[in-house]
Amino acid sequence: MHSKSLYQEVILDHNRKPRNYGTLEHSTHHAVGHNPLCGDRLVIALNLDGQNIEGIAFHGESCAICKASASMMTSVVKGKTRSDAEILIQEFRDMALGKLDPSDENHLGRLTVFAGVRNLPTRVKCAILPWHTLHAALNSINSTSTEAADDPMHAPVDRAS
Amino acid sequence: MTSLDSIVASQPILPFDIESIRADFPILKLKVDGHPLVFLDSAASSQMPQQVIDRLVRYQTTQHANIHRAVHYLSELATAEFEQARHKLQHFINAREDREVIFTSGTTESINLVMHGYGRKFIGPGDEIILTVLEHHSNIVPWQMLAEERGARIRVVPINDAGELLIDEYENLFNEHTKFVSVIHVSNALGSINPVKQMIEFAHAHGVPVLIDGAQAAPHMKIDVQDLGCDFYVFSGHKMCGPTGIGVLYGKADILERMQPFKGGGDMILSVTFEKTIYNIIPQKFEAGTPPIAAAIGFGAAVDYLSAISLEAIAAHEHALLNYATEQIRLLPGVHIVGNAALKAAVLSFVVEGVHPHDIGTLLNQQGVAVRTGHHCAQPVMQRFRIPATSRASFAFYNTMDEVDTLVEAISSAQKVFA
Ligand SMILES: Cc1ncc(COP(=O)(O)O)c(C=O)c1O
Repeated sequence: MHSKSLYQEVILDHNRKPRNYGTLEHSTHHAVGHNPLCGDRLVIALNLDGQNIEGIAFHGESCAICKASASMMTSVVKGKTRSDAEILIQEFRDMALGKLDPSDENHLGRLTVFAGVRNLPTRVKCAILPWHTLHAALNSINSTSTEAADDPMHAPVDRAS
Repeated sequence: MTSLDSIVASQPILPFDIESIRADFPILKLKVDGHPLVFLDSAASSQMPQQVIDRLVRYQTTQHANIHRAVHYLSELATAEFEQARHKLQHFINAREDREVIFTSGTTESINLVMHGYGRKFIGPGDEIILTVLEHHSNIVPWQMLAEERGARIRVVPINDAGELLIDEYENLFNEHTKFVSVIHVSNALGSINPVKQMIEFAHAHGVPVLIDGAQAAPHMKIDVQDLGCDFYVFSGHKMCGPTGIGVLYGKADILERMQPFKGGGDMILSVTFEKTIYNIIPQKFEAGTPPIAAAIGFGAAVDYLSAISLEAIAAHEHALLNYATEQIRLLPGVHIVGNAALKAAVLSFVVEGVHPHDIGTLLNQQGVAVRTGHHCAQPVMQRFRIPATSRASFAFYNTMDEVDTLVEAISSAQKVFA
């Protein structure tokens, strides 16, 4: 698969009309994600009611892949529990890194449109940034980055394996 | 602007046979996703002609040994070839003497060498170093490290909206604390050619030495360090058809002699006892350890190759490409060129309304067009224009007008994807 299949209509549509774009009145958690290599910056705000993601919004400046990924992510995790969200974060990250085949059993559903990024190493981080930032917000880490010690590509995915 | 506008009116006439030039570059025959490669990223690193590849093979096949160390045949041969490469570089930039040419691993190391060898010896608390907004990170970070360590201060020359240095502001920065000036010759992010000769003259009138970062200038125009009068001139082999891992620090002999060594080790000493070490003379004083011998010899072959075409012809061809590309891209609605200096070389940075540079880069790649997207290691330039990144097409003498057309069509079709 090459770059052509990455810019599918779903992705272009979410880029054009991002869902949950903006800020939350009252957020319980938030995080800023940064990709210093391309200057992308994404803010994610959450409203957690116990274990439930009641509200979620994002804003920032980024490429189409990152923005569409954030838009689809927020649509999917809204109303889910924190642990469901963590499962999706893990699976999305594995898919983007080529460790999970989209045809294997998973919970990603239409998020598999992003599977194409695994063949574009320079774009993997664009797709992962929102998920990485969501993970930080859920864990009350207020800022994160795709580089250095915070880099999701280097962070151990599963310490047990 | 006038120089650009007056030239674009006529169809450009190429100063040499472009097809025979392209035939020298095997990599240009590559296909990407079924499309012919259109390589417009030579500012990041240029491609290598067969002549240089062959020279590397010949060295490695028949001439390799360590240099300056043994009396045997190969060591003497390798030493002679290495010193011959130094001589070619001396000639290429019109330095007075061979010993004014120090081989380094590249522009970055050359600047770091001057920071350590000159800066740490002669720059102290309260002293000021003048840089410009246009600098590549490699000409910012070393000076910041020095400033922090020595309590010195960095002063920055601003630019106007076209990407031209404000020379009045530069001159106003001088005072009795000014101890060093380090300036980029050609901006890698915008292509602006800076009036370095004038800037050097002004600094010298105040007794201040000047380093010129020529990484983007040496591949594109004739450099004469004596005419410029600079104290240091630095550039990289891999941006001018040579190998990676090799670069040059040109320095005036008297200033190099007053500097302290940068790296300690073999070859940079005359004698070593545990009580005292006597340093070697220049250039060896700055060339500790076994250098990249093959790369230096390859660099020598690369400047031979460029000189045979002639830097004047190269500059003329690239200028024609730049003018044509500028004219064509200006016709695209929603595409803005960042950096419109009256004097520009080989670099065209642009942004497309509503499309992030990263997406442009990926979509252009789909058509086989290689451009660089990002901040180009020049974040202060991006901040100046309040943009996170640009897409950058950079031209070399092996690029063609047809490739410019392909670039323009690819930008236009990327816009359609996002329409
Ligand atoms: C203007 C300028 N200075 C310095 C450098 C650093 O060169 P190198 O990476 O070869 O050390 C570059 C390369 O990108 C450059 O364009």
